[in-house]
Amino acid sequence: MKLKSWKELPEGAIIPGAPNSPEFKTGDWRTERPVINFDKCTHCHLCWLYCPDSSILTENGKIKGVDYDHCKGCGICAEVCPPSIKAITMEKEEV
Amino acid sequence: MEKGTFIKMALTGNEAYAYAMKQINPDVVAAYPITPATEIVQIFSKYVANGEVDTEFIPVESEHSALSACVGASVGGARVMTGTSSQGLALMHEIQYIAAGLRLPIVMAVANRTLSAPINIHGDHSDTMGSRDSGWIQIYTENANEAYHSVIMAIKIAETVNLPAMVMLDGFIISHEMEVVNTLPDEEVKKFIGERKPLYNLFDFENPVTVGPLDLQDYYFEHKRQQMEAMFNAKKVILEITKKYNDTFGTDIPAFVEPYRLDDAEYAVVALSSAASTLKEIIDEWREKGEKVGLLRLRITRPFPYEEVKKYLSGIKAVGVMDRAETHSTLGGPMLQEVKAALYDAEKRPKITGFVFGLGGRDFDDEQANTVLSMIKDLKDGKELPLYSFIGVRE
Ligand code: SF4
Ligand code: SF4
Repeated sequence: MKLKSWKELPEGAIIPGAPNSPEFKTGDWRTERPVINFDKCTHCHLCWLYCPDSSILTENGKIKGVDYDHCKGCGICAEVCPPSIKAITMEKEEV
Repeated sequence: MEKGTFIKMALTGNEAYAYAMKQINPDVVAAYPITPATEIVQIFSKYVANGEVDTEFIPVESEHSALSACVGASVGGARVMTGTSSQGLALMHEIQYIAAGLRLPIVMAVANRTLSAPINIHGDHSDTMGSRDSGWIQIYTENANEAYHSVIMAIKIAETVNLPAMVMLDGFIISHEMEVVNTLPDEEVKKFIGERKPLYNLFDFENPVTVGPLDLQDYYFEHKRQQMEAMFNAKKVILEITKKYNDTFGTDIPAFVEPYRLDDAEYAVVALSSAASTLKEIIDEWREKGEKVGLLRLRITRPFPYEEVKKYLSGIKAVGVMDRAETHSTLGGPMLQEVKAALYDAEKRPKITGFVFGLGGRDFDDEQANTVLSMIKDLKDGKELPLYSFIGVRE
């Protein structure tokens, strides 16, 4: 994204329009990434419910994967995935 | 109204502030009382109670909350005012930067008072000098009449450039002294200030905006540059609005500076606010004795009138700058430093010295004014003077 000059910005330090949070990629400082094992996943949606960045993708009642543009790697999803299932593992990001 | 015909009222400085606020009829006033500014909002709250204004009056639990409430209301598009002094202004410090950074044209009436410690309720400029870098337009008025007109103009100026403005008068010396104020009829004030046109409409649900989001290394600097552009632009806007005001009403309010008997002056004194009145009297006496001395009163210090300072003071042999505040930098008072900076690249740079006086409301009297003029005269005649001196303190 090309950054705007001060002359191009709206005054008052506002962000016009909504929604615009998708444009702010919060995933670029992640140190670990959640990886879902779909052989184990029961699609209970607990990870989807708890993810603070709405980064667990779902479609028609099925978990589809992780939005790595916005997932910040907090590990909450892996933590809340039921112990008997443990479908999510946190893997180190390559630097 | 016929130009130059005013409704004469006997008002104290605080009453003049409150009366101007009544005529402005702001949408929201949020305030907390503090001496010597208490009366401003106390009188204003009576107008609210009597139904003489349409204002939503928010009595809060601190000045921090007062200015915070003002910020919220101003973001919502309201015309917002408040008033304070001293510790109250200091408590608002954090929010002052937010009001300016969000480009909110809040207008604040300040009765200047010193800061603790030691605790003291009387007038000097320590409070507002501490807000020099907060991004507010700063207007120092000489008397109640000027304060009245300045508050009205400040609304128009602030809302044109979308920056907050504070209008000062000297605590007690002006805030509690009664004088004749040339007021305008309500409808003239209303017509002059018009309606506020906010940068955005928070209630336009079709076009939502986010106010006050996190702004990091990639954009913060651009927003600050833009805020600075508003302050650069304020220079022009202040000149235009002051001229229009004077032309419309027949007033004679100077914009940035007021030169007094400077034309052929060989030496001059620079002062703010009510001390300028004392100095004018003494300068008149010195002029009668044939002394070529004059005064430059700084009225608006943010944006700083460096062009005017250069225009009026370059070529004068010696200049003394009065400060009713300390910077504790050992470099002299705030105005001494800024006037010096403005004159650094003047073609004919005067010799300059500074005077810190009147701290904690210590009277600035004829004797002190005479001492100041004598010292500047000495400087003109080649005597070495310190960087700055303390006037009126017991040695
Ligand atoms: S690691 Fe955190 S941010 Fe990423 S998907 Fe899991 S819960 Fe969401
Ligand atoms: S919590 Fe575990 S089992 Fe449940 S949907 Fe998420 S990954 Fe699948």
